[in-house]
Amino acid sequence: MRRAIPFAAVALIVAAPLRADSLMPAAKYANEQLADPAQEHQAKALMETIRCLVCQGQSIADSNAEMAGDMRALIRTRIAAGEKPEAIRAWLIERYGDWVSFKPPLDGLTWPLYLLPILFLGLGIWIVSGRLKRRRTGR
Amino acid sequence: MRKLLIWLPLAMFLIFLVVFAGGLIRPESKTIPSKLVGKPMPRFALGPALPGKPGLSSAELMNGQPHLVNVFASWCIPCIAEAPQLRQLAAAGVPVYGIAIRDRPEDLARFIERNGDPFRAIGGDPNSSVQIALGSSGVPETFIVDGKGIIRQQHIGGINPEDLPGIMSALGEAK
Repeated sequence: MRRAIPFAAVALIVAAPLRADSLMPAAKYANEQLADPAQEHQAKALMETIRCLVCQGQSIADSNAEMAGDMRALIRTRIAAGEKPEAIRAWLIERYGDWVSFKPPLDGLTWPLYLLPILFLGLGIWIVSGRLKRRRTGR
Repeated sequence: MRKLLIWLPLAMFLIFLVVFAGGLIRPESKTIPSKLVGKPMPRFALGPALPGKPGLSSAELMNGQPHLVNVFASWCIPCIAEAPQLRQLAAAGVPVYGIAIRDRPEDLARFIERNGDPFRAIGGDPNSSVQIALGSSGVPETFIVDGKGIIRQQHIGGINPEDLPGIMSALGEAK
């Protein structure tokens, strides 16, 4: 029994962790910025609004998933080649649907998302101004 | 009317509470289907993933025959589980093509040695670019493509024995 302990310790150290990750290093532009600061700025802004497909609550800018790294590399490479960020977003939406973008478009389904805050703000102003008026007139 | 109105904020708060609690207690686990189903296969040309085995280009897939394009990797565990089903499909005469994601030739060679080789050709996709172009969000995934190169169906996750009849009938329809 005693003898088994060092063996178990060695086995624990040697055992490879079971991960769903490849053995390849990250793509060149996954974690490396573009040389041109203006282009890097564009790429970063786009990455922050593209959703990671693996860890679905995160943007690809925040995610450590390998696929997110490959998507960052893809975005940086395309921006370096002169493509417009919105064209890249459209290309991704064509493949993964609106889901992949953190910037939902204004359409039949999403209009309440944009209109309701304005409506609620208007309602709030109306209620508060009513209250203030009443207080001023001393009722 | 006024008396009723006073309860409105509380009612709205409770509605939000239920919605948020629902999302926390039972978070959505979503599979993201590719929007390219029903559309042509994107154009690509991938080099061989293994020495001595051909790579894969989209042009080769437009050969008038329906086929399977399996997105897999040697480091993916469910891919081992679906390997017998892919072998069975290949033995039944279905052309199975592979796209190996982020794979090294030596790892892939070991995977093929261990799990068999149902693939007519395997394209190496070292930076997931074709995977992203396909709208695929993980491994394994299998695309059923017809003879004109139109993606007919996407199977997300490993192919289990009980999925085989569905895949065979989809391939029959893709003729």
